[in-house]
Amino acid sequence: MGGWTLSEIVQLLLNGLAAGCIYGLVALGFVLIYKATEMVNFAQGDLLMLGAFMAYALIEHYSMNYWAAFLGAVLFMAVFGYLLDTVILRQVIGQPQFAVVMLTIGLGFLFRSGASMIWGTETRAFATPFTDGVTRVGGFVIADVNLSIVIGTAILCGLLYAFFRFTRIGVAMQAASQNQLAAYYMGIPVKMIFSLVWAISAGVAAVAGILLAPVSLIDVTIGLIGLKAFAAAVLGGFGSIPGAVFGGLVIGVIEQFSGIYLPEGFKDVAAYIVILLVLFARPQGLFGNIGRKRV
Amino acid sequence: MRFFFKTDYNQDINLFRDGVDRFWYGLLIAVLLVAPFLLEDFWLGEISYVFILAIVGIGLMILTGYTGQVSLGHAAFLGIGAYTHSVLLTMGVPFWISIPVATLLSAVIGALIGRPALKLTGVYLAIATLAFAFIIEQILIRWEHVTGGFKGFPVPRPEVLGVGLVDDVPFYYICFGALVLAVLAALNLLRSPTGRAFVAIRDSEIAAQSMGVNLAAYKTMAFSISAGFTGFGGTLFAHKIGYLAPDAFNILLSIQLLLMVVVGGLGSLHGAIYGAIFVGSLPQLIAILRDYLPESVARQPGLEPGIFGLILVFFILFEPLGIYGRWLKVKLYFSLFPLYKKATFKRQKTYTKSERNR
Amino acid sequence: MTLFKADNLAINFGGIKAVDGVSFDVQKGQVFTIIGPNGAGKTTVFNLISRIYNPTEGKLFFEGNDITEVAPHNIANLGIARTFQNIELFEHATVLHNLLLGRHAHRSGNLASQMLFLPSQRKAELAHREKVEHVIDFLDLQHYRDTYIVNLPYGARKVVELARALCTEPKLLLLDEPSSGLNTEETEDMAFWIHDIRNELGITVLMVEHDMTLVNEVSDRVLALNYGRVLALGTPSEVQSHPEVVKAYLGG
Repeated sequence: MGGWTLSEIVQLLLNGLAAGCIYGLVALGFVLIYKATEMVNFAQGDLLMLGAFMAYALIEHYSMNYWAAFLGAVLFMAVFGYLLDTVILRQVIGQPQFAVVMLTIGLGFLFRSGASMIWGTETRAFATPFTDGVTRVGGFVIADVNLSIVIGTAILCGLLYAFFRFTRIGVAMQAASQNQLAAYYMGIPVKMIFSLVWAISAGVAAVAGILLAPVSLIDVTIGLIGLKAFAAAVLGGFGSIPGAVFGGLVIGVIEQFSGIYLPEGFKDVAAYIVILLVLFARPQGLFGNIGRKRV
Repeated sequence: MRFFFKTDYNQDINLFRDGVDRFWYGLLIAVLLVAPFLLEDFWLGEISYVFILAIVGIGLMILTGYTGQVSLGHAAFLGIGAYTHSVLLTMGVPFWISIPVATLLSAVIGALIGRPALKLTGVYLAIATLAFAFIIEQILIRWEHVTGGFKGFPVPRPEVLGVGLVDDVPFYYICFGALVLAVLAALNLLRSPTGRAFVAIRDSEIAAQSMGVNLAAYKTMAFSISAGFTGFGGTLFAHKIGYLAPDAFNILLSIQLLLMVVVGGLGSLHGAIYGAIFVGSLPQLIAILRDYLPESVARQPGLEPGIFGLILVFFILFEPLGIYGRWLKVKLYFSLFPLYKKATFKRQKTYTKSERNR
Repeated sequence: MTLFKADNLAINFGGIKAVDGVSFDVQKGQVFTIIGPNGAGKTTVFNLISRIYNPTEGKLFFEGNDITEVAPHNIANLGIARTFQNIELFEHATVLHNLLLGRHAHRSGNLASQMLFLPSQRKAELAHREKVEHVIDFLDLQHYRDTYIVNLPYGARKVVELARALCTEPKLLLLDEPSSGLNTEETEDMAFWIHDIRNELGITVLMVEHDMTLVNEVSDRVLALNYGRVLALGTPSEVQSHPEVVKAYLGG
């Protein structure tokens, strides 16, 4: 690794992990929805964008404190996700996959357009407790924003794990995503469960957006990050939550290092090259499995 | 109501169902042929654009509407066609040679990407094509000494015997001829074993296979043919926009192309054409709409994509069969009047069908 | 003369032996029926013959040739056609279109000649139409010729699927539960057709069936399976009175 000091490498790794956490969180949102409803939400990145803008609005226009705005934006987005499912997405359950893809792409466009009408197309930023701060760990200097992303992601994953493992409703969600009909027969309110899944996933997107805001600033196109997060979800096999987060970290790190070791331009498409390589080598993703239809 | 009495197998094979059909389509062609004598150049340009979009729409319809494979990256094939054609023209290759070469190259690249992609289904295919499109866009940006990088380059304006081929009127006729060729090729394909195999793959892969359809070969073929049509449209598209730069072929264009087949009506060539008319006239419609909106909304740059999104959502939710589907319903309404039942086209109740098992 | 032969066929799904050492042979011109309780491995045997699954062990022979390694899409070209338990038709196409796809194995012309629709292509299409029309006549489908599958009643779909298989001009026809979901009258029709397919068209039939009346009416030979193993093989009456078979059906 000629010319690069250990500290710079570690720095790159940390940047990669931080970016990877964001990818992982967005991918996690994809996976939650896909596992439960077999819908792929192409608007996930735009939900992230809306979450970030919500926090911005609460902080800058309503002068709320960061933590209150954080909570407020996440709750708002959760409710938004819930309503999105009950009002719109429920209509296309059972329609071909294609319809859902197009529908969520259309919704993404609408969200972006709505955001640009409310907040304009300029880049925005808001102050966070982590902005500009650094933490020193044994000779390495780590930006607090990166640290906040990594820690925030870890906490969120822990919470989600506990939720799915130990709460009644979390277990019901798992049941509903494994076998919709059986869950329905067992008296699980499948429709409400699906809406809740959308709520959680929109909430997770909002968390990702707010954590990302101090690093990349906010504008209406920030949601395009969702397309890269597909790489993470694909790596993880689209069916595994730890897989999605792990996939996100891998993509984040690969991206950072390809920016250094490969010719210009590769950094921008590294995630997509990974998608193609993975899909062509293992069409079902690294951890996924697709069975054959029974006839 | 018209009744069709069949006395000959040829009636199912012929392009026109009967004399009435032949008359109306003949009239349409005649009107389009004399249009340059009646319309201003601006409108000819707009119609040429619709013709080009229709060619691309047919390409995407073959893949998505008939074979059931989603592509979120068709702008890339459009770009490959446009760039290849323009680069060849710059190198001095004649117009009539560079178009087929560019078309062929698009088809070959389509086959190359289609071959590994055929193992993928549904979402995975959508994502893979999306990734492919991003990579192509990046190549167009980075391969500077050929593509001119970010800045791009102007598309040459070839002349034959002192007549500019891409001047308004000649270009109109070229686009019209190209569309007629594309429609004929597509219609012929669809009434042949290959087209039927595509539809079979769309509706039941397992049954298609057991009837002797080689899934891998036919899916690759669908990809390649679709890419070929799209690249063909791309060569003309290059002249239409006049200046090539990578951002003309981004994801937004891919989505616009999909919007075209969805809005037009999946699974019919009519749909591709209606969709092209719709998408082609959308900028005009939006311009008109702007006059009626309050100033603060009308000047928003987000208005156009927003309207795109709205249309997409609207059609998926309320008219999944697109404009052509609506047209069929209206036609049936009048031919059955007053006996039309509202429930005729009622959507059946559906449940989540798992695509995890194929 | 032996048309089809399964030799010691076996397949495991994750340690479970779905089919275990099944051997049988079908003579030309026979109606050969596989019976057995649910989960006995009957459809799995069909899927092995269609080459949807690869057998873990054993071999398949058709007209004396080993077809164990033949690609699934080439099975139809050899002259083996099938129907499906849960109907796999091309739903957004007309009956005619579905039947024409049954002619896929007999297609001609390359892509270019199809895109140009050369006169030879038209001639081929007309010939296909004629064949298809024979099948339509044979199974009384005239009424439904231009109907889309989604608009067909269940019983008619079953017949269309049979028709599609016949359009391939098979030597061996695999019918997976031809009577499931049909009412008594439709089942009787099915019995007549199976008779006619064998006697008039000379096609050998291998079927999986539950309805014992139908089985008795049309079968020459019956194979009883349970837990993937052969219980009995013989004439319908022999198999039905076989003590193992009785036990399997009544539970023991």
